[in-house]
Amino acid sequence: MNTTNDKNDSAGIRISRRNLLAGAAAATVVLVQTAQGKAFQAALTQAENMSDDPTKVPGVPPGTLGTRSAFEKPVKAPSDTSSRTPLQDLYGTITPSDLHYERHHGGVPAIDPAKYELVIHGMVDKPMVFTLADLKRFPSVSRTAFLECSGNYRGSNDGKLRPQEICGLVSQSEWTGVKLSTIFREVGVSPKASWFLAEGGDAAVMTRSVPVKKGFDDAIIAYAQNGEAVRPEQGYPARLFLPGWEGNASVKWLRRIELSDAPFMTREETSKYTETVAGGKIRQFSFTMDARSVITYPSYPAKVEAGWIEIRGIAWSGRGKIARVEVSTDAGKSWKTAALQEPILDKAITAFRHLWQWDGNPTEIMSRAVDETGYVQPFLKQLLAARGGNMGYHFNPITAWYVQKDGQVLFKAT
Amino acid sequence: MRENTIRYSIWSVLAMLLLVAAVKRENHFGRTNKTLGDTLDWPKSFGFGKKASAKQIAAWDIDISPDGKGLPAGEGNVSRGREIYALKCAACHGATGTEGPNDRLVAAPDSAGKSSGARRIKSIGNYWPYATTVFDYIRRAMPFNQPGSLTDQEVYSITAFLLNANGLWDDKNTLNAKNLPKVKMPAQDKFVPDDRIDGPEIK
Ligand code: HEC
Repeated sequence: MNTTNDKNDSAGIRISRRNLLAGAAAATVVLVQTAQGKAFQAALTQAENMSDDPTKVPGVPPGTLGTRSAFEKPVKAPSDTSSRTPLQDLYGTITPSDLHYERHHGGVPAIDPAKYELVIHGMVDKPMVFTLADLKRFPSVSRTAFLECSGNYRGSNDGKLRPQEICGLVSQSEWTGVKLSTIFREVGVSPKASWFLAEGGDAAVMTRSVPVKKGFDDAIIAYAQNGEAVRPEQGYPARLFLPGWEGNASVKWLRRIELSDAPFMTREETSKYTETVAGGKIRQFSFTMDARSVITYPSYPAKVEAGWIEIRGIAWSGRGKIARVEVSTDAGKSWKTAALQEPILDKAITAFRHLWQWDGNPTEIMSRAVDETGYVQPFLKQLLAARGGNMGYHFNPITAWYVQKDGQVLFKAT
Repeated sequence: MRENTIRYSIWSVLAMLLLVAAVKRENHFGRTNKTLGDTLDWPKSFGFGKKASAKQIAAWDIDISPDGKGLPAGEGNVSRGREIYALKCAACHGATGTEGPNDRLVAAPDSAGKSSGARRIKSIGNYWPYATTVFDYIRRAMPFNQPGSLTDQEVYSITAFLLNANGLWDDKNTLNAKNLPKVKMPAQDKFVPDDRIDGPEIK
């Protein structure tokens, strides 16, 4: 038995935690000896280690897992069916994996990666089954892209909505996995196959039909997210990822793919994820997420002071790159081009900023995204007019923020 | 020295060609990730994974197409479905499928566009385009608290009951793999494929 390899004691510290804390209560500085004989400040958490002057207290030693500062508490906002990303609390473009939005139809399953299997069959030369280890052996790919639920809009009359409530069903990660085209090539997809069914191994055994073309274009079977295994809420151990398309089609906990020459008309592409448009028609297979942007600072519940304010936000489009973001600080009367932060990636969240000197008079600020295809994010009124007065999925209106005289920022519908 | 220079320039020409090829591929797929080499030197097959047996496929292949492909043997009837519904579904979907608290399962075919409170009435009778989807979804996902627990016979019966409650099925007829795909769903004609395209148009 080699005590230095004791798993419960990864820093090799020979002292029980209880003794340690007792010691901490008695004295400000607790010295402990590691197995290697080095003296260390006791392994206190950051909160326990708090002091008036951090330069006078040795800090916490290296650990096995990093932690968020005890002062930072960004949290998702859960409902019965989803949980929303706190966009107003984030910086840059990558969503920390534990803050990635959630939407599922039968809860988060617990799947043993050793038992995981993906079956591919139907119109293929070789029906195959792949283990997780098999998937990881194929040539891999990484791609930073957004994922957004097509039901990502909420409004209110009292204005007390944060970006999290309005459009927190969007997040961004670097996804790593195997291209679906690689797997298609391996199993020999029939040239006659035009659709495939993607099925999850969750309690809803969630299914969606996806055009084979998307599978060849840029679909990924992702087993990693932001450098580590995909999180359970995001489809552990492997999920489909369809860049730029409505989140529901990126089936999580992927267990089966069936190639066919017609869509399967599952519940999630008939009863749900379809939208009533003009003339009482119901639009189906509306996969692409239209361009959208939102100012995340200043936004509700922030209160600002007159003077210089850097307006910050994010923009994304399922059709390609963001070409431009325009910002208005006079309720949409005039627009200025915001600065875009590199890198500007295809089908990815792009950060923008615009420096503004607020004179202290009440006003409305808003942003609109323009993508490389020339699509311009519409006002709510325009969207309603185009859809015969219907709301529903794929609702991406310009979000305005009303800045009151006292500096309080409130949501305002456009 | 001279030889080295020549070798060097050959290499740079080769590198340029590779780069051009890579950029071309990248444009073709619209990707931003620059990967040199890509699939050119890939084997015909990597040989990873194993052949899926017919048995394994059959165990998971539970989807049902609008033409009825995939429907199992068996049959069900409305009165049996009514009993199962009261026992296993009514608590979440309401005594008559309209009361909730969860999704409404009954809507008269002519209630399209009508609202109940703030909510537009949207259910099997006035919104679902295919009857086969009712069977497929209930068998895979319901009851919510015991997914996958119903027998095929039970699913046929509940489907018959729900279609009947939506005014789409006669309560004297038994439902089976042959007649379920033939049920004409009132909303089917309303479904249109996505017509949004890249560009400035708002749709
Ligand atoms: C514990 C509560 C519960 C029970 C019991 C239950 N359901 Fe559900 N049902 C739900 C929920 C929640 C949803 C919505 C799931 C989602 O959107 O992912 C749903 C959705 C449905 C839908 C789809 C509705 C639509 O318009 O898309 C059908 C059909 C359905 N249930 C049928 C049944 C049947 C039949 C039974 C009994 C065998 C049953 N349910 C039992 C909670 C329940």
